Amino acid sequence: MFVRDAAPGETAETALTIADLTQTAKAILEGAMPPLWIRGEVSNFTAHRNGHWYFTLKDASAAISCVVWARDASRIPAMPDEGMQVMAHGQLSVYAARGQMQFMVRALEAEGEGLWRKAFEATRARLEKDGLLDPARKKRIPRFPTRVAVVTSPDGAALHDITSVIARRNPTVDIVVVPAAVQGESAPASIVAALERVARWRGADVVIIGRGGGSREDLWAFNDEAVARAIAACPLPTISAVGHEVDVTIADLVADLRAATPSAAAEAAVPVLDEIVAGIAVLQQTMIAGVQRRGTIARRDLRRMAGDLSIRARRSVERRRARVQQVAGRIDALSPLNTLARGYAVARDAQGHALGSVTAFSGGQDFSLVLRDGQVGATVTSVHPGALPTARGAAR
Amino acid sequence: MSFETDLNRLEEIAAALDRADLSLDESLALFEEGIARLRAASDALARAEGRVTTLVEQADGALKERDAGN
Repeated sequence: MFVRDAAPGETAETALTIADLTQTAKAILEGAMPPLWIRGEVSNFTAHRNGHWYFTLKDASAAISCVVWARDASRIPAMPDEGMQVMAHGQLSVYAARGQMQFMVRALEAEGEGLWRKAFEATRARLEKDGLLDPARKKRIPRFPTRVAVVTSPDGAALHDITSVIARRNPTVDIVVVPAAVQGESAPASIVAALERVARWRGADVVIIGRGGGSREDLWAFNDEAVARAIAACPLPTISAVGHEVDVTIADLVADLRAATPSAAAEAAVPVLDEIVAGIAVLQQTMIAGVQRRGTIARRDLRRMAGDLSIRARRSVERRRARVQQVAGRIDALSPLNTLARGYAVARDAQGHALGSVTAFSGGQDFSLVLRDGQVGATVTSVHPGALPTARGAAR
Repeated sequence: MSFETDLNRLEEIAAALDRADLSLDESLALFEEGIARLRAASDALARAEGRVTTLVEQADGALKERDAGN
């Protein structure tokens, strides 16, 4: 008689261990179902201290336990909220310790980019709290830079756009490339290191930080908080230039100026050479015209002053002349000639000295009498000292 | 950034001279300074074509510029 060995688990004697059972179930499940996307509502979310996330995805009639290992969780922009509708990509498996079916999540997305938005807002709130988004702390972008530093990938489209726009607008401007990885997991640290070099070096007038367009994930380094803080800490004025017009990143909020694209950043940073030259010519003309006008004013002032001076001199002469005439009038009034005109005479000796006292006369002396209309020669016949006869005495 | 300084100062000087409310001495002094800065700015623009370099960190941490493409 043919005796067949019992298959594992077929009889009590060949019963499987639990480990064998769950291991077999796990192998069958994983073999039958490749990694796939599932959708559901998040509930009972827990972030463990070791970095792993645990939650349940459910819909109206079913639920599945989910786990996100720390390594994968670090790539997901933010933790999902309770009740959030999400799509999870991962592998259905078995958690042996509990004998439970479990979905191992590798990637997680929320409706309407909810997780990206949540992460963005959370970072923004932290930066805002630290005052890094304050418009008052934004540095002035220089108007006429001669050296522009560009933190970006040395092989990227952004660098090409920036160098060609700058070369077209002003070929005298130097460009210093500060290489950085701008996508992938190493990008944030690489950008931070490049910014740190620029800050230490300081050899440029302005720094452009950016990259060309890409997916939300490609641009994510520019939403990184460490990158934002490095931009804020940069001692040189910064211009962010990430992706396309519609992409607004945390870097844009922190930079001193946000340009919509790398080309726009180059245009914002570097003025057109011909316009600078024309501007300088206008300044030169303004200066020359101004100084000439000032010269004209000075000449006019000088002429007016000379005119004033001659008028003043003439007035001064006239004033003096008037004064002389006035004094002359007064002298006339006091003049003895006026007395003579009233009929008096003055006695004078041969030398013309007035003889005002009897003591000046001696007998036989010749003298002359000056009258209103001429002189009379006379000789002293007698001298009588004594008081002058008064009008009253004469009347008596 | 002397080019920037020169141009900003030139604008101030041109504006001051344009107002013509300065003394003749002040005007002439400003004009002289303006001409010097004008010459410096023009010289800066007339210099050779700008270069594209790469900032590289050396083993000792020193930062050097190297011609791009090397």
